[in-house]
Amino acid sequence: MISFILYKAILVVVIFGITLFVAAYSTYAERKVAAFLQDRIGPDRAGPFGILQPLADGLKFIMKEEIIPNVSNQGLFVLGPSIAMLTALMAGVVIPWGGSLTIGGESYTLQIIDLNVGILYIFAVVSIGVYGIMIGGWASNNKFSLLGAIRASAQMISYEIAMGLSIIALVMLTGTLSLREISQMQAGGLNGDWTFWNVVYQPVGFIIFLICAFAECNRTPFDLPECETELVGGYHTEYSSMKLGFYLFAEYINMFVSSAVIATLYFGGYNFPFMNDLGLDQNLITIIGTIVLFLKIGFFIFFFMWIRWTIPRFRYDQLMNLGWKVLIPVAVLNIFISGLIAVL
Amino acid sequence: MLTNRSKLVVKKDMTFWERIYLPAILSGISITIKHLFRKSATVRYPEKKREISAIWRGQHVLKRDENGAERCTACGLCAVACPAEAITMVAAERKKGEEALYREEKYAASYEINMLRCIFCGLCEEACPKEAIFLTDRIVSTDYGRGQFIYDKSKLVEPVDKRIDVSKRQTSAVLEFKKLKYFSHNK
Repeated sequence: MISFILYKAILVVVIFGITLFVAAYSTYAERKVAAFLQDRIGPDRAGPFGILQPLADGLKFIMKEEIIPNVSNQGLFVLGPSIAMLTALMAGVVIPWGGSLTIGGESYTLQIIDLNVGILYIFAVVSIGVYGIMIGGWASNNKFSLLGAIRASAQMISYEIAMGLSIIALVMLTGTLSLREISQMQAGGLNGDWTFWNVVYQPVGFIIFLICAFAECNRTPFDLPECETELVGGYHTEYSSMKLGFYLFAEYINMFVSSAVIATLYFGGYNFPFMNDLGLDQNLITIIGTIVLFLKIGFFIFFFMWIRWTIPRFRYDQLMNLGWKVLIPVAVLNIFISGLIAVL
Repeated sequence: MLTNRSKLVVKKDMTFWERIYLPAILSGISITIKHLFRKSATVRYPEKKREISAIWRGQHVLKRDENGAERCTACGLCAVACPAEAITMVAAERKKGEEALYREEKYAASYEINMLRCIFCGLCEEACPKEAIFLTDRIVSTDYGRGQFIYDKSKLVEPVDKRIDVSKRQTSAVLEFKKLKYFSHNK
């Protein structure tokens, strides 16, 4: 029992650390990708190639003066970024980061907890995440913050429906809500148990899920809650110092978790092609699988940034049109067609 | 038609492929990904400076002659020529024993250029009959207050031991031009 708790505790700390590390370096990658896509160099002063830039940014955030407006609701003002950060970190709990390692006869699964309703858990946590933005925007007592918060909540609600519907088609295909079982279904090799990644069976569902993931993470082209050009800074206009840092950090953690979920649901998770045909040791397969999962996650984080520096922001009515009049009907249609194919 | 680039705009309904936008997005991201592999146009400034033009007009210098005496005679032609009215000077008469300091019997007791007003057009240099003021390839440095940008003689006159090269501005063609008869009073 002690060893079980110890192993889970180590796993939690490691995943917590990795999540923060990836989020920190996503801010660096964001600036580098933006620079490269615009024929620039990007930050290169802090350390070789600027790799110490996230540390410098973090230090700057901590050293900044912390301002709480005197007209704000002070308790809620502090609560906002805390919720945003907390929920962003919580979502990583159910993601299967790898197969299982066998050390000394004991099998250790690289997943903090394998909920049999893993997808629902992620949905629930992500939905709470919008409270961080709403509370922060409301407590600021600033019209721009409030507008940003209202936009965020409307956008989240609209796109969560389409996201849920796109997942239903996938769940019909797999018959389970557990993320580990879904990724195990995409494993296999040439020996008769060959399976494709879910994206092959659910291309439309994948595209809907991807678009909704962009909206849920408040990323361009759906970054209306922040919207520098219209709303100053959106919901975090009044925030300064590390509280602003938490909001921005939460966004990058959300991006990391979304990429992990996309990779797990549609791109085989920690599985890689021919994994059972190379005659490798099971532990080695697990380690390579985890690396492969992080490569997939890295690609999707890059994809998020790539889209950000390509596509301009939606107008608000276009956003709502896309969500309610396009994505939801297409998602419903996708469920019907998937059901028909499954029956036939 | 004023240009040959005008286009006739026809507003027609989008086709199905245009309306789902995904092909347009794909072509968009294919354009941006090409830029990922392109050479960046950035110049890493303090380490690497861009080459400036041979006739770059930067910070002014008040020249001394071969013996180290100031060439400026405070005639005020540069101040008259200056379109930005950046130059101010006060003239004074040379006293006995100051021949090594000032070349002519009249000199500028104070000579100030407001670098915030100056537009670096080079007209002062063109107006100068004594070849005293030149624009150099030095860049006017930044500072914290507006007052520091009024450069006086301590910043403008070249040090005797550290002459400032103006041969780029004073090319052989310029020298040839100044040999013309109606410039003979400069000698």
